Amino acid sequence: MIKIRNLTKDYTNGKVVTHVLRGIDLDIASGEFVAIMGKSGAGKSTLLYQISLLDQPTSGTIIIDDEDIINMSSFERTAFRLNKLGYVFQDYALVPELTAVENVMIPLMMQGFSRSKARDISQQALAKIELDHRLDNLPTQLSGGEQQRVSIARATAQNPKILFADEPTANLDSVSSEAVLAVLRELHDQGQTIVMVTHEKEYTTYCDRVIYMEDGKITNIEERVR
Amino acid sequence: MGPVLRVAFLLGVRQIQRANIWTTVLVVLIMMLTFLSLVGVSGILVGLIAGSENANKEQYTGDVILSTPKGDSYIEDSQSIIKILETLPGIEAYSARYLTSATIEANYTTRRDPNEVRDSIGGVITGIDPLDEEATTHLSLYVAEGEFLSEGDEGYILIGKNMLQRYSSAFGDAFDTLEDVYPGTRVRIQSGEITKEVIVKGIIDSKVDETSFRIFMLDSEFKRIFGRTNLNVNEISVRLDGTQSAEDVKQSLLASGVGDYATIETFEEAIPEFLEDIKQTFAFLGLIIGMISAVVAAITIVVIIAINAITRRKYIGILKGIGVRSEAIILAYVMQGILYVVIGVGLASVVLFGLIIPGINANPIDFPFSDGILVATIPGTLTRFFFLLVVSIFSGWLPAWVIVRKNTLDAILGR
Repeated sequence: MIKIRNLTKDYTNGKVVTHVLRGIDLDIASGEFVAIMGKSGAGKSTLLYQISLLDQPTSGTIIIDDEDIINMSSFERTAFRLNKLGYVFQDYALVPELTAVENVMIPLMMQGFSRSKARDISQQALAKIELDHRLDNLPTQLSGGEQQRVSIARATAQNPKILFADEPTANLDSVSSEAVLAVLRELHDQGQTIVMVTHEKEYTTYCDRVIYMEDGKITNIEERVR
Repeated sequence: MGPVLRVAFLLGVRQIQRANIWTTVLVVLIMMLTFLSLVGVSGILVGLIAGSENANKEQYTGDVILSTPKGDSYIEDSQSIIKILETLPGIEAYSARYLTSATIEANYTTRRDPNEVRDSIGGVITGIDPLDEEATTHLSLYVAEGEFLSEGDEGYILIGKNMLQRYSSAFGDAFDTLEDVYPGTRVRIQSGEITKEVIVKGIIDSKVDETSFRIFMLDSEFKRIFGRTNLNVNEISVRLDGTQSAEDVKQSLLASGVGDYATIETFEEAIPEFLEDIKQTFAFLGLIIGMISAVVAAITIVVIIAINAITRRKYIGILKGIGVRSEAIILAYVMQGILYVVIGVGLASVVLFGLIIPGINANPIDFPFSDGILVATIPGTLTRFFFLLVVSIFSGWLPAWVIVRKNTLDAILGR
């Protein structure tokens, strides 16, 4: 599903060059639930941004679903993200002017679904995560946990090949975090490939693999038997 | 509707719906005032001249005017021309006028010192048939004091207000005027060897120079006093009934050979040169002011959309991140600009066509040389609307385009 070879990412600030990723090699299989862990500054989020096409690496190769994504144009990258990837951001990242259901509808409408069809699919996606009573609420009217679940519904409503989650529980209390992880777990059980960045080890229990990073390199890969 | 349009519409509508109501009201108000300025200022400037042109047509030239060719003393064979006129279709009325220059003197009965400067001015004596003149220019409507001439009013005149000191003080010493002349005042007319004492019957208050600088008397008396026995007149104003255009009538007269004896002009051609110059100057001023208004409107929309886009940079990044195409995001902002303009122009049009124009038409603006109206034609108004629309599209597109071009991750992380 995902094949990463010798991936590097440098940030340049004047004459100072910071090497954030230093030659990452990694394979992620279809249906895997992978957690990336590490201390702050280890490069875990940067790695996620590169393989989720939100950023452009300095060098290396990323092949997703047999497509080399490095040399894609901006237009192709946007289309690839829309059709094959889903995102759950740390701070939920819901569009504040849109209701819960409209937030979920947007990627579906962009894919070409009519407004009514997109609404139907979005309602079902929200119903699955028990938010069907919050369809027409604005993000500010939802709790943090509810917002993150809407964010997951938005990321998964169009059945992406891979779901990326960047510290999805970082801003949540333990109860909400458990609820969010339960949703991710259920998606994984249904065969969803998930790549999640987290710094909380207890939330990696349900992962197939945990990848440990330090100073821009993978230092350890822990296989889990479930 | 394609996905881009559908998403843009949803995003655009929701952004406007959920925006701060007072910000929206302020922007719409600015658009409204901008449009009023675009249409109103140039409309008033053009209306000043339009009012003057209308007055010139209504009170002097009629739809077509025949005048004495340069170098001639009068229109030769005038009576034959009048006969031709009467056979043409579409003629509602005409007024044949006899003209001669003369000196008019007032207060000569009270002048004791023979060395004292005489209270006299030069002017144009105009012999008219009161009924024909009334049917053509409705001159009686402009009698400010006294009464209009009637048949048999020999020995009486009407005098234009600009010849009187009490009406013309606003012009300063630009031209000579008569003092203390009222209806009933006796004045003396002198032309060559001919001197005649007449009584002022009325005072004409018109903003058309050809009317307000003239002295009117009965044509029968004119012919007798000044010896115009050949009955050749100096000008003929023709009023049409609306079934023929002024140009058609002019062409008919030319085809009849009238052009050999008289200068024939439509009311538009007869507009005084200074009015034409002012018209062009005002049109230029209107254009400049309109452009300034449009630039102000463009800057306003750019600032509003830019602030909106910059403060929402993170969400623009997120939208891009989840696969929304840049065109949809830009279009949402463009729609905002368009909506502001459409609402602003709509409200401005209601105010303009529902209140301001009827109000000014009912109470024209009193300018020294015209009764100013506000000219706002539908094509002209639509042109300005489309102009503002294009400005708003560009102004909505520019800041959104700048933000959307940023790196997606930088936008999301606020870098």
